[in-house]
Amino acid sequence: MTASDDEIFSALCELLTPFNSNNVELKLETEISTDLNIDSVSVMDFVMEVEDHFDIDIPLNVLSDTHTMKDLVSVVVERTS
Amino acid sequence: MTDLFEKHRHIAERHEKMLAAGANAVGLTNDRILSPTRAIIKGRETILAGTNNYMGITFDPDCVAAGQEAIAEFGTGTTGSRIANGTYAMHQELERELAGFLGRKHCIVFTTGYQANLGMLAGLAGPKDTIFLDADSHSSIYDGCTLSGAKLVRFRHNDAADLDKRLSRHDPEGGGRLVVLEGIYSMLGDRAPLDEFVDVKKTHGFQLLLDEAHSFGVLGTNGRGLADEAGLEEHCDFIVGTFSKSVGAIGGFGAGDHPLFETLRYATRPYMFTASPSPASIATSMAAVRKLRVQPERRDRLRGNSERLFEGFRKLGLETGCDVVSPVIAVKCPDEPSTIAMWNALLDAGVYVNIALPPGTPGKLCLLRCSVSAAHTFEDIDRIVELFGEVVASGHGLMAVGA
Repeated sequence: MTASDDEIFSALCELLTPFNSNNVELKLETEISTDLNIDSVSVMDFVMEVEDHFDIDIPLNVLSDTHTMKDLVSVVVERTS
Repeated sequence: MTDLFEKHRHIAERHEKMLAAGANAVGLTNDRILSPTRAIIKGRETILAGTNNYMGITFDPDCVAAGQEAIAEFGTGTTGSRIANGTYAMHQELERELAGFLGRKHCIVFTTGYQANLGMLAGLAGPKDTIFLDADSHSSIYDGCTLSGAKLVRFRHNDAADLDKRLSRHDPEGGGRLVVLEGIYSMLGDRAPLDEFVDVKKTHGFQLLLDEAHSFGVLGTNGRGLADEAGLEEHCDFIVGTFSKSVGAIGGFGAGDHPLFETLRYATRPYMFTASPSPASIATSMAAVRKLRVQPERRDRLRGNSERLFEGFRKLGLETGCDVVSPVIAVKCPDEPSTIAMWNALLDAGVYVNIALPPGTPGKLCLLRCSVSAAHTFEDIDRIVELFGEVVASGHGLMAVGA
């Protein structure tokens, strides 16, 4: 991971905190929906926070291929570059 | 081998918990329907306060007779899609009637309200286009967006500034842009601030679809919905509606003025590859739409009943889904177990309301959702309020949120 990736991961962890009610430890390989046991609407609400934090669009279609924190870091990197 | 049902095990477990607490709140059996506001449930007469039967028109003698005559004359079903053998003169007559009612050049009837959203969204938007949808949109809108293959951007509920921001940073890359709003949102009963969205439309340029499922027949001087009430119909490019609420039947429609609107009939799969609405559905819908046109007093009664229920709940200290009165009045509850307990207590006391739980609700809310009918009497409304008060006081609901 580059420094930038680290920063993005940290920011994502922070944004995810309100949705992580079971306080699951967040790693790059964490599956956002299944490991955190959050429903589809909450995932979309979380992604909306990510969009606003980085001032990017993440169309919902992209989410079907985005499962882990690492996937999401890649999406943010791609869309902020 | 992976059992295909394994992914649904948590749903089954959640449902079992609900059943352990009482009746099946997400599949309750109506043994008999006595009227738009009464049913026999669990062997006793129950007030219906969660049916979306806004105009109370389901037992109107003229509508019932129209359905009976249509079955006798045209049969029980059409046995085919609109693009094969399933287009009858009555389908086209209803489309003309609705277009006239809405003041639109074109109207297409769909077999259900769900399919109306699927058909309109999948017909209008394609993979090169982008749909901007309100975060609280109905599932049929989400599903229609998915079927369209368009890029989907979700904006914060009823937040025109948020839509403006998302449009500003979006590159359409040559594709079209469609914004989807609802007249009345089904869970909380709040309206879209249409004037604010129209301002955004003037800035950015997009086509606007307004789903009037819960507002058609209900809002506006002419009963055409939120766009009618707000005086902004000319800014709404496409209107979607359903027959399963104020029209008291089953089916749906899409309407608009675009010169190529009729081509949707040959471009959208939810219209092309399903049986057309049955003769009885079309005939009862036609009779009901004609009633809505000439009986504005139904809307007046609905408004009076809605205000009475809203005020009644407020006096009890209950927190409702929104601050504006509409026929959808949702009571916020503390959590899932207490919501289920309150729902059962209300049913046992003689009133049926909808239970609405996450993820089917915005913001993880647990709701007891009431929908008001023009057919309710003031006595019915007062009884509903009284029973809510008794249930809250008895501790079933643990507490009235916001009290």
